[in-house]
Amino acid sequence: MQFSFTEEQVMIAETAKAFFAENATSERTRKAMANDGVDRDLWVSFCTELGLSGVGIDEALGGAGLGMVEFAIIAEAAGAQVAALPLLGLATAARAIAAGGSDAQKADWLPKLISGEAIAACEGVPMLDFDGSTLSGVIDPVPHGTVADVFVFVSPQGAWLVRADAPGVAVHAHTTMDLTRPLARVTLDKAAAEPLANAGAAIAAIHQGGWICLAAEALGGAQACLDRTVAYAKERIQFGRPIGSFQAYKHRLADMMIEIEQARSAVYWAACAADEGADDAAMALHAAKSFCADTYFMCAGNMIQLHGGIGFTWEHDAHLFFKRARSIQTMLGNGNMHREAVATMVLGEAA
Amino acid sequence: MKLGFSKGEEDFRAECASWLNAQMAGEFADIKGVNTLTAKAERRKEWEQQLAAHKWSCIGWPEEWGGRNASLAEQVIFAEEYARAGVPGRVNHIGIELAGPTILAFGTEEQKQRFLPGIAAGQTIFCQGFSEPNAGSDLASVRTKARLEGDKWVVNGQKIWTSLAHISDWIFVVSRSEEGSKGPKGLTFLMMPLDQPGIDVRGIKQINGDAEFNETFFTDATCPADSLIGAVGGGWQIAMGLLAFERGVSTLGQQMGFRNELDEIIAAAKANGSANDPLIRQRIGKAEIGLRLMRYGALRMLSNTDHSKIDGAALTYKIQWATWRRNLGELAMDVLGQMGEVTDNPEYEWGMLPNLFLFSRSDTIYGGTNQIQRNMIAERALGLPREPRGDV
Repeated sequence: MQFSFTEEQVMIAETAKAFFAENATSERTRKAMANDGVDRDLWVSFCTELGLSGVGIDEALGGAGLGMVEFAIIAEAAGAQVAALPLLGLATAARAIAAGGSDAQKADWLPKLISGEAIAACEGVPMLDFDGSTLSGVIDPVPHGTVADVFVFVSPQGAWLVRADAPGVAVHAHTTMDLTRPLARVTLDKAAAEPLANAGAAIAAIHQGGWICLAAEALGGAQACLDRTVAYAKERIQFGRPIGSFQAYKHRLADMMIEIEQARSAVYWAACAADEGADDAAMALHAAKSFCADTYFMCAGNMIQLHGGIGFTWEHDAHLFFKRARSIQTMLGNGNMHREAVATMVLGEAA
Repeated sequence: MKLGFSKGEEDFRAECASWLNAQMAGEFADIKGVNTLTAKAERRKEWEQQLAAHKWSCIGWPEEWGGRNASLAEQVIFAEEYARAGVPGRVNHIGIELAGPTILAFGTEEQKQRFLPGIAAGQTIFCQGFSEPNAGSDLASVRTKARLEGDKWVVNGQKIWTSLAHISDWIFVVSRSEEGSKGPKGLTFLMMPLDQPGIDVRGIKQINGDAEFNETFFTDATCPADSLIGAVGGGWQIAMGLLAFERGVSTLGQQMGFRNELDEIIAAAKANGSANDPLIRQRIGKAEIGLRLMRYGALRMLSNTDHSKIDGAALTYKIQWATWRRNLGELAMDVLGQMGEVTDNPEYEWGMLPNLFLFSRSDTIYGGTNQIQRNMIAERALGLPREPRGDV
């Protein structure tokens, strides 16, 4: 038992942090927001120059090996900058293909997804209609639906690969509150679809990857909200004092840190338990997703309040964090759903 | 990063559990599950000695002083198994966790010889004399006076909230040894025997009917001149060093106590049907998550071996568990309903959950209130400007 980063993990964290801080700037993110919500140059350099896009995917499949702890480290760093990148698709769709796809499906897609040549998106719905070769149904909303080259769609009936350019696929771009991860409606009308060989494994990989990715992004985002607000608290003067010297102000910052430290424990507990196949891994995923999302929202809300009027403007970055936080709260199951899952583990099903 | 325990560590866990369970089923069955701090004090002193006789009383200490030099993982495991077996809290917790480590870190060789064997053997029970009626959150304003007269210290004043002073043998006292000094300067850290005419201990009845806390009065109380730890006037540094030990491995044992309380709530909810209430389910789910995060937070804190800088994350731990547990007490009462507010015990003694509800109101006060914790986090971990000090 040693619940701290290894030297290699510290190095990955420093590299990833420096990369996103330098490249995923507010200016570039806002440029992406004005387009389709993806900073493609950044994505390509993340995948090729940094070479961390294959983390968490087996080396035999073209990945970089390592595990969910390392993936969480990267997602945390990306989340700290609210980077406009399709990282969630790597955490969900790519991992679903790696875990549940046939050899041909893996060979077709994984190298392209890891190199950034193709982008993947993933979503689950209660009902899809598969007739043996084509899939029909409406999937709404799909994160990064408009930029994806390939989709992994899942329902209780199975898991399928659908090419975005296949006949019968219609993608409608929503105007999305969080412009850094836009949502779309995908309508399938007898669109060619390949079932993933092992749907159960694919769905488990999506849950594990998706929840850890969102929780880690939330952790990074929450910490950034705190860091930026602390900096402001020290420089902004009112009543002849830095506003951070007032207890009404500094206690809210302390409350943010108290939640963030628990969120950090949650992310790395979940990632580590997933990597080790620990007994409590399932609970850890629900705990991490729900706790970190709520922490992020609390911190982003406080960031606006503690910045006063400037925090309410479009020009200030507070709203990027706030909207990403809100979106993470709902995406892949809201907090009530995850807490109920934990309650079921300790209480059994409700009568 | 690794959470799993090795085969050797799991074997150690089995050894701990087997010994502790045998004790709780055998010779010490009568103290199993005791949940207030004052009940069966004499038997629990015997239990301290039983632990010592089998080298379980202070496993993290060096072997030469009665410990096992146990690794971090082993200390974690012992603390967890201790609480899991339903063994009551240590009456000498302050001796083992605070006084001993302080003497080890700051005491002279002679002081180590004098005190450590007794603490390790469960023969010397310690309590803590920090707070005073006018020095609570503002600990540095203590007024209890100490003056050196020949070969002894003479102490006058009053301490308050001295937990378990009525069953203790020794007290460590933060006293003002420099006439006219203010704040953290001019304080001296003294070890004093309690059994002397100049010290009077009076119990304070608490909200739950128990009297774990005391007022301790010093009227020309004495101790030998060499009873101070550190330097004359250097008592504040020792007191602060001591408080740092409070966030050690014992937190994990404390959490297993919380585990028992949450399990009791879960059992009560299943028994009375409130386990079907979606709002209660949300709160139990949230409590479960909070408890798990406390465990992994503590493991993270203990795994951090870089002690060169203030560990900001560690500063958040006190307010985190205290607030969680106070909420747990409220959840317990909502699960129990009105039956939680009645007991057939004529002595105003409460079962585990109502007692948790009442006692946990103190958790967010003692050892630094939630408000003081927030100041500390903001100032020491986040580097915000310090609270200005008044002059009244």
